[in-house]
Amino acid sequence: MLDSKSPTGPIETRWERSKFEYKLVNPANKRKYELIVVGSGLAGGSAAATLGELGYNVKCFCFQDSPRRAHSIAAQGGINAAKNYQNDGDSIYRLFYDTVKGGDFRARESNVYRLAQNSVSIIDQCVAQGVPFAREYGGLLSNRSFGGAQVSRTFYARGQTGQQLLLGAYSALSRQIAGGKVKMFPRTEMLDLIVIDGKARGIVTRNLVSGELDVHIADAVILGTGGYGNVYYLSTNAKGSNCTAIWRAHKRGALFANPCFTQIHPTCIPVSGDYQSKLTLMSESLRNDGRIWVPKEIGDKRSPEQIPESDRDYYLERRYPSFGNLVPRDVASRNAKTACDEGRGVGETGLGVFLDFSDAIRRMGEHTIRERYGNLFDMYQSITGDNPYKVPMRIYPAIHYTMGGLWVDYNLQTTIPGLFAIGEANFSDHGANRLGASALMQGLSDGYFVIPYTIGNYLASNKIEKVSADASEAKQALDEVTSQTKKLLGIRGKRTVDSFHRELGKIIWDECGMSRNAAGLNKGIAHVQALAAEFWQNVAILGEGNELNQSLEKAGRVADFCELGELMCRDALDRAESCGGHFREEHQTEDGEALRDDEHYQYAAAWGYKGKASAPVLHKEPLAFDYVKPSQRSYK
Amino acid sequence: MHIWRQKGPQSEGKMVRYELPNANPEMSMLEALDVLNEQLIEKGEEPVAFEHDCREGICGSCGMMVNGVPHGPVRATTTCQLSMRHFKDGDELFVEPWRASAFPVIKDLVVDRSAFDRIIQAGGYVSVSTGSAPDGNAIPIAKEDADRAMDAATCIGCGACVAACPNAAAALFTGAKISHLGLLPQGQPERARRALNMVAVMDEEGFGSCTNIGECEAACPKEISLEVIARTNRDFLKAAWAERPVSDKGAGAG
Repeated sequence: MLDSKSPTGPIETRWERSKFEYKLVNPANKRKYELIVVGSGLAGGSAAATLGELGYNVKCFCFQDSPRRAHSIAAQGGINAAKNYQNDGDSIYRLFYDTVKGGDFRARESNVYRLAQNSVSIIDQCVAQGVPFAREYGGLLSNRSFGGAQVSRTFYARGQTGQQLLLGAYSALSRQIAGGKVKMFPRTEMLDLIVIDGKARGIVTRNLVSGELDVHIADAVILGTGGYGNVYYLSTNAKGSNCTAIWRAHKRGALFANPCFTQIHPTCIPVSGDYQSKLTLMSESLRNDGRIWVPKEIGDKRSPEQIPESDRDYYLERRYPSFGNLVPRDVASRNAKTACDEGRGVGETGLGVFLDFSDAIRRMGEHTIRERYGNLFDMYQSITGDNPYKVPMRIYPAIHYTMGGLWVDYNLQTTIPGLFAIGEANFSDHGANRLGASALMQGLSDGYFVIPYTIGNYLASNKIEKVSADASEAKQALDEVTSQTKKLLGIRGKRTVDSFHRELGKIIWDECGMSRNAAGLNKGIAHVQALAAEFWQNVAILGEGNELNQSLEKAGRVADFCELGELMCRDALDRAESCGGHFREEHQTEDGEALRDDEHYQYAAAWGYKGKASAPVLHKEPLAFDYVKPSQRSYK
Repeated sequence: MHIWRQKGPQSEGKMVRYELPNANPEMSMLEALDVLNEQLIEKGEEPVAFEHDCREGICGSCGMMVNGVPHGPVRATTTCQLSMRHFKDGDELFVEPWRASAFPVIKDLVVDRSAFDRIIQAGGYVSVSTGSAPDGNAIPIAKEDADRAMDAATCIGCGACVAACPNAAAALFTGAKISHLGLLPQGQPERARRALNMVAVMDEEGFGSCTNIGECEAACPKEISLEVIARTNRDFLKAAWAERPVSDKGAGAG
């Protein structure tokens, strides 16, 4: 059984007490430690900056040309914090409660409470950095309600909150780079983890411009490398977002938790053709005024304005009269899929539903709608060529976030001592479903306010022997990366990397997407295995290893996505219940809602890698709910 | 499509013509390049290297000259958001990397923009370490100031301003950060030093001088206004005039 090292006692005091009990590293000794941070987004960037400020020597790595480009930058909506500036009844306890419930009772209470506590300091820190949050005329910070929350606790900077928070972390990081405490390695990708005497002691990297492979040794390694939504090929993630760092760490012994917990966002622009490279999210605030519908009749191909009111099915309003179009993300997504599966989808592909603003425009006038959503309408029009003031938008769900990730204990340490995972790369705080505006909060909480304490405790409580880049474990890791690169370049097959990735994405989307069943998952596993086998025989990578070679970069990532995709199916198969974003068709209520099975599945599933030839091994972390009692979510 | 092909930083480059029979109006410019690359790989030719990541206009990775204009002919649009709908069947497109000596070409359409990072490192921050911040509402900021700061802060660091400028100046980029922080109370203590240091590094990195032509504003996908350059000039002049060496006798007693 896994030990979460979760503190006991009253939940309000657990983090305070832990911070006091953690051992400290003497200020003069901090400069004797070398730390590696992989990733420069909200989690990695904030961690690297803060650890540099504390006096550690930090090396920070990112694959992009600059740390400012990490995918956190694309987050639109906002960041939650239990400030209760609006005097509307918010509190740390309420944010904690909402997050545990929203996660459908599959997250660890201690971690979530700490997250809610840290949320308030995050806002203070970001304001002090000069993050230009939206403000009221009186000069105070503005808030909005987001994602169905009943209090206004979301702080935002137009529709670019992620960008502004990331640029804040990037500015703090830049200051440390200038001061010499952080050495930045852009255009550098981590390709393996070095484990010596059971501890994480470094990484193997590839310089993406020169192709050089290097060994970096450190006293601890922190992964803030984001999620794995790109396993689906089409997602709202940036094209470069990948699972390679966490997957290779997993293959070196770090357990991977809840891989099947993925979040599908209901309001994205639908796929328009085979060449499509990514999906674009439209903020879910659109559901405040838009009405979602499909034709009542199967195969009704009339254009929307020709379909009279009586032939339309506003299915969310019909099925969920009290929440209507504002049901949570997972419910909205699943219902759109059902309508399309029935053959009532709209648009050329039949994979889309209408999001109609004509009622709202009639009621409030085009001017008001333009004020509220003008930039989103413009974006929609520039991508689709349709004018949403005149014709309904077409939307469809898309993969957006992954709740699963490396298993970590309360200290954010993985099952490999000295290896930590922060932000979306870990599994810790969102359970089976993440609430809107909570991803930014978690990334910054982990990076600014958790890891700086827990890493000190690790360094002060362990004797960390001196090792060099010549250690046999380091050499072996370097050799393995070298030979994988050679192998990939030597295949010289016929199919492009992207064509494999597209096929993988389709398999995982079909079998382990919005709804899953045992037969499909078994089929998915077989398909992915066959695809991976073909990949290693037939992938076409031109060019050499000692130069900028984007096909080679992608190939390594797709190889890892194949292995992770298989594990996702296995995890989904094991979890014979429905919860949050994981919907097993065999387990639903009479009227088609998710049916949890707390008696058998109230655990985090952490998988151990056992080599290519063997099945992964499941370890369970039982979850206890001492404060928020599990209940069935209902939005009827 | 005529595309700049260059094997490496030291190699000679040249324009190469490619046919794109499968282009369709629903594609983005980058998707058209994806399709071209698939064709090339299947024929055994090396794909075109280009930078891209978020593909929704916010990360600032992508950027190329399309028919001589940074990010192509549509205003307030990054290359990744540029739809092929804006071109006609049979159009010839000319695609090149950013051209500026401070942005050396790495390969094909990929350039090295690390000079931008070094400009930010010279002072594009507020020196506040984690944990020392007062309550977020302790300092009210007029909405107009916050909004103006936000206008400047939307810069995505793509480099279109430099590519558009006949002098290859980085004044719009640098000015955006100087303005963002200079408009907020948090940025005041370091305002003078920030302007001096960032402008100095901008010059060291080999960017040209600003002569108020305004091409940068026209090319900026985030529509950052020339105002930020005026603000930089004011801060810089004031700082250069007022800044004098401060005594360096160590901090605090005891």
